Amino acid sequence: MKKIKARALSLLADGTVKRVLGWERGEDAFDCSPALFENEAEMERFVYGTCAGANLSKYCVKMGKAEGKTLVILKPCDTLSFRQLLHEHRVERDAFYIIGAGCTGMMDENGLLAKCAACKGKEFAVYDEIIDTEECRLPTGTEKRMEQVEKLENMTAQERFAFWQGELSRCIRCNACRNVCPACTCIKCVFDNPGSGVQSKAPVTDFEENMFHIIRAYHVAGRCTDCGECSRVCPQGIPLHLINRKLIKDMNELYGDYQAGLGDNERTPLTSFTKEDAEPGIIHERGNG
Amino acid sequence: MRKFAAEKLEQLLSGISMPVYAPVEDGGTVIYGRYEPGMRLRLDKLGTDRTPKEVLFPQWESLMHFKMEGKKIQLTEEERANEDYVLFGVRACDMQAIRVLDRVFLSDPVDTYYAARREHGTIVGLACDAPGKNCFCKNFGVDPAQPDADVVLWPAGDEYFCEAYTDKGHALLNGWDTLEADECAVTAIKEEIGKKYDALPFAHLNLNGFDGEHLMEKFESPQWKKLSMACLGCGSCTFSCPTCQCYDIRDYDTGNGIQRYRCWDSCMYSDFTLMAHGANRPTQLERYRQRFMHKLVYFPSRNEGMYSCVGCGRCIEKCPMNLHIVKVIRALGEGEKE
Repeated sequence: MKKIKARALSLLADGTVKRVLGWERGEDAFDCSPALFENEAEMERFVYGTCAGANLSKYCVKMGKAEGKTLVILKPCDTLSFRQLLHEHRVERDAFYIIGAGCTGMMDENGLLAKCAACKGKEFAVYDEIIDTEECRLPTGTEKRMEQVEKLENMTAQERFAFWQGELSRCIRCNACRNVCPACTCIKCVFDNPGSGVQSKAPVTDFEENMFHIIRAYHVAGRCTDCGECSRVCPQGIPLHLINRKLIKDMNELYGDYQAGLGDNERTPLTSFTKEDAEPGIIHERGNG
Repeated sequence: MRKFAAEKLEQLLSGISMPVYAPVEDGGTVIYGRYEPGMRLRLDKLGTDRTPKEVLFPQWESLMHFKMEGKKIQLTEEERANEDYVLFGVRACDMQAIRVLDRVFLSDPVDTYYAARREHGTIVGLACDAPGKNCFCKNFGVDPAQPDADVVLWPAGDEYFCEAYTDKGHALLNGWDTLEADECAVTAIKEEIGKKYDALPFAHLNLNGFDGEHLMEKFESPQWKKLSMACLGCGSCTFSCPTCQCYDIRDYDTGNGIQRYRCWDSCMYSDFTLMAHGANRPTQLERYRQRFMHKLVYFPSRNEGMYSCVGCGRCIEKCPMNLHIVKVIRALGEGEKE
């Protein structure tokens, strides 16, 4: 996508933006890293292609404090995260110039990323301009978004418990899932606070691992856009996004379809109350244990 | 030099009377876990997801218990490891990593928890017949064809060549049904491994200047800002590293007492070595710099040039943002070797 690089260079040159938040090429076609570019010479290493799987939205929380505008390149799914951060007042819209970058699905050495296999679509939730091609608007991936969640729902409670125990027992508490998550923007996470009494640097028991991931999923419920970064970054290959997706599916079923990152200032399913809301007892009706 | 048929390997392992820890599958990942007959060995896997370090220095271990009885505190120390075991299929890089850990844990004051496990283990090394694109061990003086272990295995098609180098190694190998073998065959294997390694992209990095004499120059390099920009501050690199040895000691309130345990810590974390005055590495730049300076500068400057990176390539594979030590070496170093 040479057009994106050219446009970024011209926006830098005419002073519209002070810096570009994009990707820097690495050792091979699958190796690129998020990077900041402040001038034409640095932009020589700029790259946008199928290696650009990382979601740059979360970097915007920190970048928004820099002086002058930052150009940020966001893929369609990344724009949901950015707009959710706007909604939560974690980023200022004026601090960014957003190029919505077309996406044909991101890859790593093993092929299409899992998050792209169940692509949520090619619409941009927020942007200043879009640079894409016809090909970028075609659907990516063939997996239905809730396909794997349904598989889990069809298990017995015992099977499901065994599944998650097996997956979560591999957790090494590296915190990559939390640190990459655009919905996890607490200045100090409770799990990093030595005074909290619940700080745990190691998986002391299986139960504690369960607690960490479940607490995290509940904390981001209603705010998680399902960007899939948690599973992409997990060094242990745990399908963490399925916990979040299950909560999204439940919310859709109980409160009507809702996509975090598309709202502006209205109340969200979990922050509003109506008399029609499901009663807590519904968990007994819906459980299949 | 001895040899045995590859198809006999599982039989040999099953015949060992001690517990055997070997690369086995754990839900799509490969770990050094307790081997039981019938399990699928993953001797093909380079850069296992969890390292053999964990057998000697687990992510979490109990150190002691305190119990209150009236006004008295009763203290019970955790027993040290006292069972012999075999750690099987350790690559040359991971074996060098154990030598790095030995430097830390076996020098005065000796870490008795680590020392006990080290003493009871017999390590069987495995030569890398097919080093991969993320391998760069030779830069740190590691020979992928010759792990520095008690016993070494060289895979050669349908057979394994093997040799013992220590008393422990001889004791283990003597119990195996092996045949006399020709030394020359292994020499050829080693040469072949050397050639394969030389063709890899990170085979020959330039480590000039990564030493104590250039410490401040490296420390003050303007490159760190750019290198660390995308770092998430997660512990993927440290926890998948075979040499990272930092730990924290914590007390766990059991309700009627205290369990004192130690667990791995990560210099990537905001509360790493937190002191009363606050964090001494306040931003990710300092934390990121610490990790690589420790591997490439501080450790060798205090240990006769021994780097605490062994070139296993795990951080290359695991970093969610593709930031890794080869990029640091290239950015801070003097370019490629001629």
